[in-house]
This record gives sequence, C-alpha cells and structure tokens, in this order.
Amino acid sequence: MKPTNTADPEYFHRVVDCQFACPAHTPVPEYIRLIAQERYTDAYMVNWESNVFPGVLGRTCDRPCEPACRRGRVEEEPVAICRLKRVAADFKDDVSALMPKAGPKNGKKIALIGGGPASLTVARDLAPLGYEMHLFDAQAKGGGFMRSEIPSFRLPDSVLDEEVGYVLDMGITAHFNTYIDSLQSIIDKKYDAIFVGSGAPRGRDLPNVKGRNAGEKNIHVGLDWLSNVAFEHTKKIGKKVIVLGGGNTAMDCCRTSRRMGGEDVKVIVRSPFADMKASPWEKEDAIHEGIPIIDNHVPKEFVVEKGKLVGMTFDRVEAVYDADGNRELISTGEEPAFYPCDDVLVAIGQENAFPWIEKSTGVRFTSWGTPIINDDETFQSTRKNVFFGGDSAFGPANIITAVAHGHKAAVSIDMFCRGENPEVDRPDPRFTLVSQKMGIHEWSYDSIPIDDKREAVPLVDLEKALKSKTLEVELGFDVETAFVQAERCLNCDAQTVFTESTCIECDACTDICPTSCISFVENGSEEDLRARLLVPATNEEQDLYVSGNLPTGKVMVKDEDVCLHCGLCAERCPTAAWDMQKFFYTMAKATPDLLEAAE
Amino acid sequence: MSYIKPKFRHPRLPTNNLGYTIADYDGAISTLCAGCGHDSISASIRNACFKSSLHPHRIAKISGIGCSSKMPTYFLSRSHGFNSVHGRMPSVATGASLANRDLTYVGVSGDGDTASIGMGQFIHLMRRNVNMTYIVANNGCYGLTKGQDSATADLGSISKYGDVNGFDGIDLASLAILQGASFVARSFSGDKEQLEPLIRAAMAHNGFAFIDVVSPCVTFNNHNGSTKSYAETRDHLDAMPVDFVPMRDEIRTQYAEGTSQSVTLHDGSVIHLRKAVSGLATNDRQSALNTIKSNEDKARILTGLLFLDPDTQNLSTSLELATRPLNELGKDELCPGSKVLKSINEGLR
Ligand SMILES: Cc1cc2nc3c(=O)[nH]c(=O)nc-3n(C[C@H](O)[C@H](O)[C@H](O)COP(=O)(O)OP(=O)(O)OC[C@H]3O[C@@H](n4cnc5c(N)ncnc54)[C@H](O)[C@@H]3O)c2cc1C
Ligand SMILES: Cc1ncc(C[n+]2csc(CCOP(=O)(O)OP(=O)(O)O)c2C)c(N)n1
Ligand code: SF4
Ligand code: SF4
Ligand code: SF4
Ligand SMILES: [Mg+2]
Repeated sequence: MKPTNTADPEYFHRVVDCQFACPAHTPVPEYIRLIAQERYTDAYMVNWESNVFPGVLGRTCDRPCEPACRRGRVEEEPVAICRLKRVAADFKDDVSALMPKAGPKNGKKIALIGGGPASLTVARDLAPLGYEMHLFDAQAKGGGFMRSEIPSFRLPDSVLDEEVGYVLDMGITAHFNTYIDSLQSIIDKKYDAIFVGSGAPRGRDLPNVKGRNAGEKNIHVGLDWLSNVAFEHTKKIGKKVIVLGGGNTAMDCCRTSRRMGGEDVKVIVRSPFADMKASPWEKEDAIHEGIPIIDNHVPKEFVVEKGKLVGMTFDRVEAVYDADGNRELISTGEEPAFYPCDDVLVAIGQENAFPWIEKSTGVRFTSWGTPIINDDETFQSTRKNVFFGGDSAFGPANIITAVAHGHKAAVSIDMFCRGENPEVDRPDPRFTLVSQKMGIHEWSYDSIPIDDKREAVPLVDLEKALKSKTLEVELGFDVETAFVQAERCLNCDAQTVFTESTCIECDACTDICPTSCISFVENGSEEDLRARLLVPATNEEQDLYVSGNLPTGKVMVKDEDVCLHCGLCAERCPTAAWDMQKFFYTMAKATPDLLEAAE
Repeated sequence: MSYIKPKFRHPRLPTNNLGYTIADYDGAISTLCAGCGHDSISASIRNACFKSSLHPHRIAKISGIGCSSKMPTYFLSRSHGFNSVHGRMPSVATGASLANRDLTYVGVSGDGDTASIGMGQFIHLMRRNVNMTYIVANNGCYGLTKGQDSATADLGSISKYGDVNGFDGIDLASLAILQGASFVARSFSGDKEQLEPLIRAAMAHNGFAFIDVVSPCVTFNNHNGSTKSYAETRDHLDAMPVDFVPMRDEIRTQYAEGTSQSVTLHDGSVIHLRKAVSGLATNDRQSALNTIKSNEDKARILTGLLFLDPDTQNLSTSLELATRPLNELGKDELCPGSKVLKSINEGLR
C-alpha cells in the first residue's frame, strides 16, 4: 500500500467515528470532554455551532453517531453521546450573550419557506453575514415538525422556544400563520435567493382499504392528528386505539394516545418486529408504557357497524427473504384476526407535496415527487435561485440531517448571492491538529479508558407520565452520572500520528498496544496486509494507517478499527515517533468563524 | 506516565489450543525505559508461551537483579515467580526444578547478573544441566545502576560517558557451548521472528537451554560508538531464521523451500533451520565455536540456533529423582516408616 496521506483531513476525520457519522459532523469527543470538565456552557456552544439545536437533539436525535461509536466495537455499548448533549444543555449557564448577532446589512434578501430545522439553520448561518431574511410558516410558531409532530413529553416547548428563539433573535423577520400557496408570488417579490424548507408534510393513508370512508370519523392520519394534538385542536381519543405502522411516527402516536384517554392502545404493523423502522429505543419506550406491538399483520378491513367504527381485521403474514435479502410478506393461511377499537391512527409513512410550486417557476421534480437537485452538496434546484433542504429535498429524514442540509445550502446561497457558482471551489472544512503532550508521559486528556458500563437515562414515574401530555418522560443524567458516562468516551479525536523518520523499530508500541493495533510487516496490497497483521483487520470500514519504508524494509501498519486512543504507544516510544494530536474538524459553513472553538 | 494498561483487548483475538488469548499471558505494564529491548524480549516470551499453548500456571519465572531481572513482572502475571538476589537466580532455579520437575522454568537475567556477579553460579547450571530456559538480556552495561560497562561490553565500545572499553567482552554463547550446555542460541530483541521460535524450542528442550539476546539499553547504550545499539546491531546482524513446529503440528506442516536442517527434540517437536551459515553444524560443539569466532572476527553477530544436543540427560534424571514432584508425594512415600528404615539399617550392618 501507498503511505497514508494524513495531510488530507478526511483521513483523520474518518477515525473520529461518531463525528464522521453525524450528518452535521458535530465534534463529539470535544464536547464530551468539556462535559467531564464541568464546562457545560462551552460544551453547549461547541454543539450549537455544529447542530444549532443541542437541547432538542439531546432529547430527540436519531443519533447515527451511536451505532458508529468505537466504544461499541470494544465493549457492548456505545457512549451515550446523545443524552450527554442534553447534559450540556441542561447544565449550561445563560448563553444568550454568547450568541452571534446579525451582521451589518449586505443589501441581499432571502426568503425561507418553512420554519423547521433546515430553514432555521440557513437563517442562523447567513444572519451574521448581513442578509435580510424573511421566514414564512403556516404554523403559529417556529420549529416545524419539531413543534408540530414531536410530542412535548419527549421535547418540552420551553427547550424548543429557547433554541428557535436564539435563531429568530438574530434579526430574522418571521411571518407565522402564513401559508405560501404560490412560489411565483415569492419569486415576484425579488428575493435574491429562496430556500424551501417545507418538509415532507403529507401523511400516507389507506384509501383503498375497505371501510375507510365509512369509518372516516374515527380514522385519523397520524401526522395530522399529532399536529392537532400539539396545537390543542384535538383533546381526546377513544379508549381502544389501534395505531397502524412501525416507524417513529407510530411510536409517537401510540404514546400520545395513552395520554389522551387511550387505555387499550396497540401498535399493529405489517412487518416483523425486528424490521420495524422505529429506532430500538422508541420501541422500548412504547412497550414500557404498556403498549403491545403486534407484528406480521396486514390491514384488511375497517369494520364499521351502524355507521360507527368497531374494529379492524388483519391478514396474518410471515416474512420470507430471498437470497438478496428482499422481503416478501406471505399469508400464513390462517383466519383473519379481528381487533376491536374506537379509533385508528394511520402512521404508515409520509411524503413530499408541493402543490404550491408552479410548473412555470422552472422548479422541476422527480417521479418520486422530490425536487431535482444538483447534488447533495449544493442543494440548488433547476431554478438557480431556489434551494431546497431538510425533508423537502430528498424525503423524510430527521432533524440532524435537516441541519446538515441547512449548512450546505447556506454556503451555496451565500456563494450564489456573491455571484459565485456554488458547484465549484466550495470552501473546505476547517481543521487543526495539535499535539496533546503535556510532559514526558502526560497528555492533556484522560487517556486511559475507564471500564464503566453505559447507563440508561432515568425516567419519571410511569403513572405520573401517562397522566400528562407535557410532562417530560426522561429526567436526564445528573452531573455525577454524566461525568462517568462522559469518561467512557475514548477520545477518538486524539489521533495517533506517526513520524517514520524517527522510528527505530524497537517494537515497543506493538508490544504495549492493548488492542494489538500496530504491526511492523513487509508491505503488500491492502488485502494481503489486512490478513497479515497481528490480528487480521477484518473490519473493512476502518482504514489502515500505513507508513513509508522503514530502515529494515518493513512498514508500520496500524489498524484503526479498535484503537483505544490510550496513548500508550506514544508513551512507550523512545523517540516520540508516535504522538497524540487533537484533530478538531468542522464542516464548511457560510460563517466559519461563528464562534471560536473552545480550547 | 500511565501505570494502568486498559482492560480492553481486541475483540477478535485468536485463541490457542487451550482456548487462551495472548492477553491471558500478559503481565503488568512495564516500568522500564520506553523502547528498552528487554520489553521486546518480554513480549517474545509471552508470545512463545501463547503459541506453544502452555498453561500459565505451569510456568515459573525466576530472575536476579537488574532491569532485565525485573522483566518477569511484565509477562505472565498468572505464573509463579521468584525475583531473587543479584547473580543468585541459578541456585533458586536449581532448587525449584529439583522440587518440582513438572513446571516449565524460565530464568531471566542480565549480562551483569550473569557474566559478573553471577558467573560462579551460572557455570553450574550448565555443568548440572538443570532443565530450564535461561535468557540473558544482553545490553553490554549495567542498566539499572546507570550504564557502567559490563563484562560483555565489546572491546573498544564507547560508553555513554565517553570511556573506551579496554577489555575483551565475555562471549556468553561460546562459554555456554564450552561449558557443556545442551542448547545454545543467540538472538536480538528486535527480531521476534527468530527469537520467538527459539524460546519455544528452548522451552521444549529437555535440559539446560541458553539464549543470549542482544537487547539495546535505549538510555545508556544506544548512542553512536556503542556496539550494542539498535543501529549497530542491525548493521552487523547475520540472522539464521528458525521455525519451531510442535509435535502435534509436525505431520501437517509443509516446509518452506531451502530448509537446510531439521532437529527433532525429545518430545517430537522439530526445529527447522531455514538458513544456516556455511560451516555450522549445530550438533558439533567445535564447529559451533569456530563459526562464532570466525563471524566475530569479521565483526558479524551470528544469531540463531548455535548448538543443540537433543538427547541430553537433565539434572532430575541424572540424580534419579522421583518421577513426580515432591508436592505430589504423600506422607507414606516421603516417610516409608520404621520397617523400611530397619531394613535399610540391616543392609548397612
Ligand atoms: C411524528 C414524528 C416524530 C419525529 N421525531 C423525530 C425525532 O425524534 N428525531 C428526529 O431527528 N426527527 C424526528 N422526526 C423527523 C423530523 O421532525 C423532520 O425530519 C425534520 O423536522 C425536518 O425538518 P425540515 O426543516 O426539513 O422541515 P419540517 O420540520 O417538516 O418543517 C417544515 C415546516 O414548513 C411548513 N410549511 C410547509 N409547507 C409550507 C408552505 N407552503 N408555506 C408555509 N409553511 C409551510 C410546515 O408547517 C412546517 O412547519 C419526526 C417526524 C415525525 C413526523
Ligand atoms: C549484591 C549486589 N551487588 C550490586 C548490586 C547493584 N546492582 C544492581 S543491578 C546491577 C547490574 C545489573 O546489570 P544487568 O544484569 O546487566 O542488568 P541490566 O540492568 O543491564 O538489564 C548491579 C551491579 C546489587 N543490587 N546487589
Ligand atoms: S493509542 Fe496506541 S497503544 Fe493505545 S490502542 Fe491506539 S494504537 Fe494502541
Ligand atoms: S515505539 Fe517508536 S521507535 Fe519503537 S517501533 Fe514504535 S514507533 Fe518505532
Ligand atoms: S536503563 Fe537501559 S536497560 Fe534499564 S530499562 Fe532503561 S533502557 Fe532498559
Ligand atoms: Mg545489562
């Protein structure tokens, strides 16, 4: 193999598994260390700069970082990255004074359609540059689905108000209760650029299932029902509730039903339990609230008697997988199952809908109903001054993805408004690499990992929880637990940096490494090298760090897979050929200097 | 400085025939200087025991005094150990091997511990052919006491303080051959590919096995002018690669081309010499001595298996000791009673 080019920041970026997996590339180990140091405000600001909604995300994030976390490869459970983010938000001081202000006006005007996380991120990234921004949302307050769909027992209004407020306070002109029914009308107002962050607002229904029309009064589309609950248009539901669907919306529907008068609430889903789209923790939370999940049941009929919905029948199926893993649901041949109910919530998916965008605007769509976009860097549509992001761009995803889209779209909008082509010469991500050596054998971080296990966040008493629609279920970690949970982080941003010119091939690093990462071997192809290391490197998602030729003709090969970033290699190296260097990386943003990274 | 080694290990560590991983052979974290050759030897001993599937609790580690003699702390935490007095490891090892002939004995010593203060004892291990592996971590100086020249320092080698050594160094390998050791080898701490199989062979050997390992002292003897630095040793090395194949694997093993010589040990395991320096016959003491000498004259350090007599008789056998360890003999066997005493006394009348 060729020597690894560590000058390319993408190499070390990939080593920080959590940060790499985070769509907005939040510097996770950095904020976790700050939490351990009780520097909650700094930890909050590091988050805020990357993901704009630390308090919201610390409660609701889909957390793609956690399955990626290195700790999950060396022991059973990853670091509690998401809930530590909440710790930063819970224990920070008043941060309002630290927030950047709107910059002096630059004479350019932007329209933002939709007030969800995508639009708010664009607004935040552009405000310091002096853009005049007008945000439009059909709802009464900002936040988009974070407000209308995510129930407040998972995400209290106060948290949302605070974090949406930080953005709107940067001089954004918000037009709430304003549904935009024509893109042309906005274009006509001569905005320099328009950002569409209108989400994927249409909930899927079951129009062709027998009895759908007859039972209409008691059959609700989950998405609409949740927002009616959020804005208190809906105040109760029947005692027996069936929730159809296996995603996170279904989980929010069933848990909300339990708090709205539903006593016998069931989730009934087509697929096997294991294939459900909902995150494992969402399923656990529903089951914990006494909600059974009945899988392998396909809706057959809404049973209506005397004009009133009395229950549903389902075909029982079995999942069969072919060699490629494609699934087919095959009837078991048993009698259809009947479940009585008073109300049904249909939570089987959502899709994009742009009835308000005229063909004549030149904004074109794919056959899936999503806009045709340059690529997932520029977010520019077929009409050059219209940009998309969040769920409106590629269909429903999650908050952190919407934020990441917002950062990229903001860069594009800024370039576009300055007359540059957002497709070329986009700004680079920013990074620094700094030695963490404090003394001969001393590092600036707690290098030796602790053995403590992951702990679950404590919950409020179940009976109390089910009595209230707004009482937050999760209590959050206290500072003591937070410290231990933070110390579980392996500091993957403390990079092992190798200087081949000083290595005397004494093997000390190989001998000390607890997880057998380092081998000195004759060079070969990647496949060959992977097989010949001290422990064969079978996890191909993880890179090999390869040096140039050493005096004996061998090369140093480090398998990044299960490195603990313990620094022992660097401590045992007599010539400091290994050094532990902190890699701080942030994705490119329209305002790169929003805040200086906490030291 | 970290005094703790994390507990986490690679999740896919291979296991040996006993189901142990290499981690089961680990010791405490080393307190030697970073980069000390001795740490590499510790790792080689650990790896050798793992690969040979020895039960850690059936191994005894014994040592004298010196940086090198501290090594047993840094490997095989689950084995027996005795850190004795400077130069006195041989008498402890002799006693232990007589008391319990079933354990595998690994003695670890330094060039000071062996060639200076311990010479008088060392010689007798060979004379008696005590069944053990004796490793000298040879750095040409007294590391622990700040790098004074030792008795193995080469003539003309310059110490860290600038003094030129005016004496010929003792060549411990030649001495061992001359003194009748039944297994003699030399190696380099930085050459695990050779050192590991040598240690495995030495442990399988049924008698006194001696390995002199050049092991640079990074702190006091790794400078320009030292003849035992990493750079100097690598420059002058003439390594004869060795493979060790335990008896159970022997039948299935394919030999690399160019295998020039094979020696079968008493337990059926085999040592393969992949390349021997011309003129060396490892079953002939005279040839071994000559080859070492002629290489030394050319300033070459010959490493590998130098001499082996696989059919030797160890001390327990020549003393006709009980075939079982003392701690397994019952009261009746140890004290056969007045009847037997009487009959012995009768026999002496
Ligand atoms: C029930 C449910 C629970 C969820 N839970 C989570 C969770 O726990 N974690 C997570 O990460 N994600 C969750 N999501 C997904 C997440 O809410 C979305 O992915 C995210 O909010 C998308 O952000 P966005 O900015 O693209 O748009 P949205 O948040 O959808 O905001 C779009 C806004 O635009 C407004 N709008 C739309 N069209 C117009 C128009 N023509 N004129 C004016 N205003 C308009 C809408 O009123 C809405 O307020 C959940 C989604 C649902 C449905
Ligand atoms: C009886 C006695 N005399 C002297 C000493 C001091 N002393 C300690 S270690 C040592 C030399 C060790 O040299 P070596 O065996 O080569 O070990 P190294 O530290 O080089 O590995 C000496 C002389 C001692 N501990 N005991
Ligand atoms: S930091 Fe060094 S010693 Fe520690 S696990 Fe990583 S490679 Fe091994
Ligand atoms: S410890 Fe340092 S000098 Fe020794 S082999 Fe490793 S990198 Fe090279
Ligand atoms: S002084 Fe020399 S022999 Fe002792 S530990 Fe340090 S390097 Fe090794
Ligand atoms: Mg010495």
